[in-house]
Amino acid sequence: MLQLESLSKIFAPDIPAVTGVSLDVAPGEIVAIVGSSGCGKTTLLRLIAGLDAPTRGTVSLEGETIRAPHPAIGVVFQEPRLLPWLNVAQNVGFGLMDHAAAERYDRVDAALLRVGLAGYGARWPRELSGGQAQRVSILRALVTEPKVLLMDEPFSALDALTRASLHDHLLGLWEAQRPTLIVVTHDVEEAVALADRAVVMQPRPGRVFADIPLDLPRPRDRLSPAFTEAKRVILAALDGSLEAPNAREKAKYAGGAWW
Amino acid sequence: MKKRANSLLSTRLATGLAIPLTAAILYEAGARLGIFEARLLPPPSRIAATLWALAASGELWAHIAATMLRLAAGFGIGALAGIMLGALTGASQTASRLLDPTIQALRAIPSLAWVPLFILWLGIFEASKVALIAVGVFFPVYLGVMAAITNIDRKIIEVGRAFRLSPLALTRRVLLPAVLPDCVVALRSGLGLGFMFVVAAELMGASEGLGFLLLDGQQLGKPDQILAAIFAFAVAGKICDGALVAAFRPLLRWQDSFAQSLTRSAAAPLGPPPLPAH
Repeated sequence: MLQLESLSKIFAPDIPAVTGVSLDVAPGEIVAIVGSSGCGKTTLLRLIAGLDAPTRGTVSLEGETIRAPHPAIGVVFQEPRLLPWLNVAQNVGFGLMDHAAAERYDRVDAALLRVGLAGYGARWPRELSGGQAQRVSILRALVTEPKVLLMDEPFSALDALTRASLHDHLLGLWEAQRPTLIVVTHDVEEAVALADRAVVMQPRPGRVFADIPLDLPRPRDRLSPAFTEAKRVILAALDGSLEAPNAREKAKYAGGAWW
Repeated sequence: MKKRANSLLSTRLATGLAIPLTAAILYEAGARLGIFEARLLPPPSRIAATLWALAASGELWAHIAATMLRLAAGFGIGALAGIMLGALTGASQTASRLLDPTIQALRAIPSLAWVPLFILWLGIFEASKVALIAVGVFFPVYLGVMAAITNIDRKIIEVGRAFRLSPLALTRRVLLPAVLPDCVVALRSGLGLGFMFVVAAELMGASEGLGFLLLDGQQLGKPDQILAAIFAFAVAGKICDGALVAAFRPLLRWQDSFAQSLTRSAAAPLGPPPLPAH
């Protein structure tokens, strides 16, 4: 459904941010792109979003090449990036301006209700906590019902408890609409908590190093042995030691083939 | 709720007036007891009487009207030019490279230095005065608007891009609201300088206006008239600034100061109480 074909982005000569990334994402799949900072994962996400143009290669959604921001692709940034002069409801409805007002209100109210923010519509963004603001920004991207939702380290600025609760909110929203979800993260636990598949990137040059399926049952128990093993496999891929026989064994344990 | 807001306002008014009122009373008492020489330092009662006499004869209003008319013309021209050029250099790097060095060089010239030239070019009547005020207003507005535009958060513009806003929609829905607060500040400092330069212009020769009252009071040895004119300037300046702020207030409600939001959340929380944690 979403296809990346040998995608490269070179900012300056000799500094390839992303090189030769090919990826096939199924409809409704949740993919975590995991990597340390500077490995090109944010660059990759921006290419998929159409915010930046690739140097080589293509991104295509259901056969249509993505060259600019596309109505079927929603983006959630690392910071909430709410517009401070719009209240919460207006921020959520930002992408719905070409809809009739009544429909807009209905969809915004339903969305706020779903993440526990009913009654917050008239508040200003500055009155929200970090977790509330990020929920509003996720709603803003999802309320237009995109087929693909791209998220760039959306929870990295939040504390662990808030992050875990937002994971639940996000999975609840995904359950309702089943968009394809691509989450960039450097948090291995987040990847295992959310994703069907972890794409591990390594830096210099930014490239895909491993593609690890995570078919743990949902809802996922963060304390289960399978969860811990899956984290260990991703960590091994991150530091490049996945080749070790032990890691290969663990990868099978976490759920099958990982190339 | 309304009552509470009113009493809050009157408390604030009383607090703000405490120092000027005390000073006026002490001043008045000092003058009556002969501690100051009342001829050169007229007490508030004399100033008030002078002001009243000027108002009753209609003279005061004519002077205020003359001053405000000059100010309005100068401020209008200066602010408009400042907004347009500031927007241009803020939005376009080419325009900035082309125009900004020249404008900054002109800004380095003390505005009063233009006076002899303006009088030669435009005569001694209204045109040269309006030109001087416009020059004074132009620079702070230009600088403020340019800075407002160059300081727009690129991350917020990117939100507009992600939602595929057309350039027009991006301007209307993102750029204008983003620069508005700083533009209002720029207009306010422009207005302040406008008042400064309207006095300067009128001191250099005018047959009416509050600045004329100042000069007339000096030449005829009437310090009470000078102080009455100064008082009128203070009131007019405060009213104009307040009107400017009030005009933009509906668009800047979202920006209510931190202190206000604290008072409000302590007094009456809006909507449902905050949820625990996140």
